[in-house]
Amino acid sequence: MNMDIEVVVNPKIVIKDLNFYYGKFRALKDINLSIAEKMVTAFIGPSGCGKSTLLRTFNRMYQLYPKQKATGEIMLDGANILDSKQDLNMLRAKIGMVFQKPTPFPMSIYDNIAFGVKLYENLSRHDMEVRVEWALRKAALWTEVKDKLKQSGTGLSGGQQQRLCIARAIAVKPEILLLDEPTSALDPISTAHIEKLVDELKEDFTIVIVTHNMQQAARISDYTAYMYMGDLIELGETSNVFTNPKRKETEDYITGRFG
Amino acid sequence: MMIFSHEASLKRQALFDLSFRSLTRFCAFAVLALLAAIIVSLVEGSMPAIHAFGFGFLTSTKWDPVNDNFGALIPVFGTLVTSGIALFIAIPVSFGIALFLTELSPRFLRRPLGIAIELLAGIPSIIYGMWGLFIFAPMFADHVEPWLNRHVGSLPLIGPFFSGPPMGIGLLTAGIILAIMVIPFIASVMRDVFDVVPSMLKESAYAVGATTWEVMWQVVLPYTKVGVAGGIMLGLGRALGETMAVTFVIGNSHDLNKSLLMPGNSISSALANEFNEAVGALYTSSLIELGLILFFITFVVLSIARFMLYRLGKREGQAS
Repeated sequence: MNMDIEVVVNPKIVIKDLNFYYGKFRALKDINLSIAEKMVTAFIGPSGCGKSTLLRTFNRMYQLYPKQKATGEIMLDGANILDSKQDLNMLRAKIGMVFQKPTPFPMSIYDNIAFGVKLYENLSRHDMEVRVEWALRKAALWTEVKDKLKQSGTGLSGGQQQRLCIARAIAVKPEILLLDEPTSALDPISTAHIEKLVDELKEDFTIVIVTHNMQQAARISDYTAYMYMGDLIELGETSNVFTNPKRKETEDYITGRFG
Repeated sequence: MMIFSHEASLKRQALFDLSFRSLTRFCAFAVLALLAAIIVSLVEGSMPAIHAFGFGFLTSTKWDPVNDNFGALIPVFGTLVTSGIALFIAIPVSFGIALFLTELSPRFLRRPLGIAIELLAGIPSIIYGMWGLFIFAPMFADHVEPWLNRHVGSLPLIGPFFSGPPMGIGLLTAGIILAIMVIPFIASVMRDVFDVVPSMLKESAYAVGATTWEVMWQVVLPYTKVGVAGGIMLGLGRALGETMAVTFVIGNSHDLNKSLLMPGNSISSALANEFNEAVGALYTSSLIELGLILFFITFVVLSIARFMLYRLGKREGQAS
């Protein structure tokens, strides 16, 4: 499969010949792509095309499940993420993740944010409070929750919960944020909040987002990758991909002729 | 003609429906009636003892059939202590089993291990009792109790609980046998509630870099705490009422002892042992009042368990 891949300036992650297997099923086929630093890269494509699978190789989440296996190279800061010597906890300190549905932990809002930080840093009480506030401010949630930090995180609305999860991910001060369809369970207003947030967060973080919603990809991403059946079909600057796709498959998908 | 036969069959079905509904309703209410009847006869049977001893029955350590003087403290104490020991041992072990089965075990081991646990739950309690008396108790007396005497018995505070002659039978042995009997119950409930934790929640904890232990202890356990508590209560219910296995190994002695190595008695084993030889109205009545107390304790425990499971169900309903 030949691919149309634009050269990405200043790449943070470089993927070479990545293959992924669910047992015998090959879900990703020789993926080659780069993720630009402090930009938003969106993965789009029909269900089952492998975009979430690709995202989950970046923090090796697939490793929780036996029979899932990745081969190839994912280079981050000169080291291969897929290397078996890679320390998983350190990797996940560098790469945060937010999921399709909000997943607040069954504890207070404050503890939700502090949970990840405590795993890596031994902060004083005051420093932890500063960190929690910083993360909540970054996630545009501070003003809404500052008076109820001791209340359970599960009592927030869906959109607030998702921003709580974003705050929890960035509290660890990662370099990369993986967003796996972060707005698929949210209403339009909460979705708009999150999209605005993503736009602000890219100043500090490299963001990779998987989305079902092509308009969302067009609105918030700098680069867009179109995937189909485990192949990367096209990667380019978002404006080019949506207005002037190089490949016919991409054009068919984004014009709604298929998918 | 056609229409007429159609109506007749409809009528017949309606009649069948009605009688079927009455039958099932009768069955359901029969359970309630039975429960009420048991309570009434227990209360009625224990009336002579209640009149004779009043509330003092609960605090008296006397058990003197010759002089017709009875108190419930020793069997109640034995029941609570053996059940307490059982839970103290069974809860952490069950948590370990459930954690292993849901998170760590390779897939091919899950089913056989799960089935083994269910089989363990199905072993008749008399088998546990015989095994406890003939195999476990002598081994305990030869190897564990002398060790406890030597190393724990001399410690301040907890020492007195672990000193005494190494007889093998006693409260501690009964508690351990009970622990073995309730582990399968608690472990399988824990495994079931851990299984319903959304994998996305666990993944999010792994995604911030938590280890399996941190995920289980700080995320999964708080998330399932209500169900876990329900499982523990079910185990406790079983431990409180267990008769045969306890009777074999508890020693059936009506002396109050601080030491867990000494023989004691539990409500259910007192009943099993003494009903045959209970002569005299007050003796019988005191035994029945013991039964009433056990019924009350078990009822409270099971109500708490039900209530917790109900709340778990409600929360799951909200989550989906």
